[in-house]
Amino acid sequence: MTLAGVRADAPGPATAGVRGDAPGTALTGARADLPGGVRADARIVARADGRGGTALPVLDGSGPLAPRRTRGSGGEARVMVVGAMSGPLGGDRFTLHARVEEDARLHLGSSAATLALPGQAPGEARYDVRLDVADGAELRWLPEQLISATGSDLRVTTLAELAAGARLVLREEQVLGRAGETPGLLTSRLTLRVAGRTVLDQELSCGPGAPGGWDGPAALAGHRAVGQLLVVRPEFAERPPGARMLGECAALMPLPGPAALVTALAPDALRLRRVLDEARELLG
Amino acid sequence: MTRAALLVLADGRFPAGGHAHSGGAEAAVKAGRITGAGDLEDFCRGRLHTAGLVAGALAAAAVLGVDPRELDAAADARTPSPALRLAARRLGRQLLRAARASWPCAELDRVAGWFPKGAHQPVVLGLAARAAGLGPSDAAYCALYESVSGPATATVRLLSLDPFDATGVLARLAPELDAVAESAVGAAGRAAARGVAALPAASGPLLEIMAEAHASWPARLFAS
Amino acid sequence: MHLDHLPHGPAAVSADAHRPDGTRRALRIGLGGPVGSGKTATVAALCRELRDELSLAVVTNDIYTREDAEFLLREAVLPPERITAVETGACPHTAIRDDISANLEAVEDLEETVGPLDLILVESGGDNLTATFSKGLVDAQIFVIDVAGGDDIPRKGGPGVTTADLLVVNKTDLAPYVGSDLARMAADAKTQRAELPVVLQSLRGGSGVADVAAWVRERLAAWTA
Repeated sequence: MTLAGVRADAPGPATAGVRGDAPGTALTGARADLPGGVRADARIVARADGRGGTALPVLDGSGPLAPRRTRGSGGEARVMVVGAMSGPLGGDRFTLHARVEEDARLHLGSSAATLALPGQAPGEARYDVRLDVADGAELRWLPEQLISATGSDLRVTTLAELAAGARLVLREEQVLGRAGETPGLLTSRLTLRVAGRTVLDQELSCGPGAPGGWDGPAALAGHRAVGQLLVVRPEFAERPPGARMLGECAALMPLPGPAALVTALAPDALRLRRVLDEARELLG
Repeated sequence: MTRAALLVLADGRFPAGGHAHSGGAEAAVKAGRITGAGDLEDFCRGRLHTAGLVAGALAAAAVLGVDPRELDAAADARTPSPALRLAARRLGRQLLRAARASWPCAELDRVAGWFPKGAHQPVVLGLAARAAGLGPSDAAYCALYESVSGPATATVRLLSLDPFDATGVLARLAPELDAVAESAVGAAGRAAARGVAALPAASGPLLEIMAEAHASWPARLFAS
Repeated sequence: MHLDHLPHGPAAVSADAHRPDGTRRALRIGLGGPVGSGKTATVAALCRELRDELSLAVVTNDIYTREDAEFLLREAVLPPERITAVETGACPHTAIRDDISANLEAVEDLEETVGPLDLILVESGGDNLTATFSKGLVDAQIFVIDVAGGDDIPRKGGPGVTTADLLVVNKTDLAPYVGSDLARMAADAKTQRAELPVVLQSLRGGSGVADVAAWVRERLAAWTA
C-alpha cells in the first residue's frame, strides 16, 4: 500500500495535463481531465471463447484505472486493475464497468489498495463500479481495500446487475484512515439486482461530516475497518445458507434472493481480511 | 384530516407490539456499548440517521401512494439481517391489525391480503397514516420518533436508567429528527416520481450484525 | 368485527370467535398470577390431563423469553410445535393486557400451523396482583396464587384475585410448613369473589389438577355449544 507517494502530482494544481501521463501514452478515451479533477474510465468485457476458456475482447482504461490481464486458472480469466496514480482525489470521477457474458468467468482484482485523498479541486470524488453478469457466468470482484485518508471526500457506488443464473463473489473493504489517522468522509452504496429485482441496497457513510452517530454503538463503535462479502449463487434460491455469527462483530446473512451477505467490523484491515477470508471459505 | 389522529398513531400505547422490541438496544447494552444516557444518545442518533431515515422515507412514500408491494421489496433489500426482516414483518402485521381496527378501510384490508405474514412495519405505518388522513410528513415523524423512542424506553428497563435522562435524550434529538424527517419526505417524493430506487439506503453495520447475535440468544427480554 | 367478506386472507382485527375461514376458533384461557405460584406447573399438569381428549397448544409470556416454554418442552407435555413463546419486553402485563397484538399473532399462528385446536392456554409471566388478561385476548382467565406467598393475598384482593373466572390457591400441601391458614384463605376469597369459583389445589397429591381440568372442560362445553 504505497499509493500515497505514487501520484507524484498530488500536491500540485489539478489542471489539465499536469496530472496526466505524458502525451502519446494512448490514454485517449480512457481518461480525460475534468475541470478541477481527473476522469478515468475502465471497461472490461469477458466472453466465453467457446473452448471452455474466457476471452477479453474489451480491456480499456489507463492512469488511475488500468486493467491488465494476468494468468488465469482453468476457464477463468484474471484481470488486475493497476493504479498508475493514486486517488481518487477530490473532484475526480472514476468509473469501472465489467461485463461478464454468458458462461464466461472473470476474476477481477486490484494490485494495491485504493487511497482516497483530499484534492485541490472542490467537491467530492466519485468512484462508480458497475458489474454485469449474464446467465451461466461468474464474476469474482475482489479488489484490495479502500482507505479513506484525512480530509478526503469520496462517494463510491457499486451496482451489480445479475441474470437469474449468474454467480458473483464481491468483496468490499473500507479502512478508516491510514494507521492512527483521522479518516476522511466516505459514503459507499452497494446495490445488487438479480433478474431485475433489487436484492440488496445499502449505504454506509462514515468519517467526519457523515450523518451523526456514524462511530457510535449503532454503527461502527470505534472499529476502523468495515467490510462486506456478497455471494450470489442460483442454488441459494432453494437452499440459502443459514444465518450465523462469525465471531463477535460479523454476521452471515441470507438475503431475500439467491444471495448471502457477510458484514464484518474489525479494528484494522488485517483482521477484517481474516474474517472475510474465513467467510469466503465457509461459503465454499 | 384530523391532527389528533397523529397523536393516536404516535402514542407509545398504540397497541401494535412495539413495547416488546428494543430497536437493538438490548444487544448494545449486553455488549457494553450502551452504559448510560450518553451512549444511548449516540446509539439513537445513529439509528435516526440510518434505519430511522429509511423507515421515515418508506412511511412517507406509502402515504404518497407508492405501491406497498414495491416499498416492501425495497425495505427487504435495505434490511440484510433476516432477524430484522422477520421483526419488521411481525411488527407490520401487528400494526396492521391495530390500524384496521382504528381506521377500517378497503386499502388496509387489501394490504392484509397481500401480506398474510406481514409487510415491513414502516410501510404499514405509512398506510395507517394514510388511512387516518395524515400526510407524508406525519408518517415520517412517526417512523423516526419510533426509531429512537423504542431504544430509549427499552434502555430504561434494561439499565434501570433514570427515565428523566432517557426522555432528555429524546428531547435533545428533536432538532435532528426534524432535519431527518425533511430529508425522508424529500426522498419519498423522489421515490413517488422516479421509483423506489430513490429511497435512502443508509445502514448501521452494528444494528444488522448485533440483530443476528441477539436472535441467537437462548434468553432475552425483547423480541429484537 | 366480522371479516367474512375476506375468506382467505387477513387475520381478524379483534378477538372474533370465528377464524377468517368461518370456523370457530379455539377457546383461549389465560393463566396469570404472581411469580412462583405454580402457573407453569399448572399448565403442564393441564396439558397432561387433557392432551388425549383435546387438541391443545400453549403460548407463554415470559419475563426472560422461553424459560417457561423450555420447561414445558423439557417436561414434554406437548410436542414443541404446539408451544410458542412471546417476548414481552420485560413487561408480561403489557403483553397480556395493554398491547395484546403479539399474543394474538401467536394464537392465530398456532391455529394455522397445528390446528384445528380446541383449546389454547395463554400463560403470563409472573407479575403483580393487578395483572389480568385482556378480554380481547382470552375468553376466560385463571389466577393462580399459592399458600406460601402469604395467606393474606385473598383478603388483599386486587383485580386478579377478585375478577378472574377461576381463582386457584396452589401448593396447599405446603400450608402446615409456612403457617398459612387455608380455611381463612378460602373464606377471604369467597368474600372477595362472591359467586366466582375457587379451587384449592396441590399438584403433589390428592386429586392434582383434576378440579381445574373439570372447570376447563365445562368452559369448553359452553364455548362449543
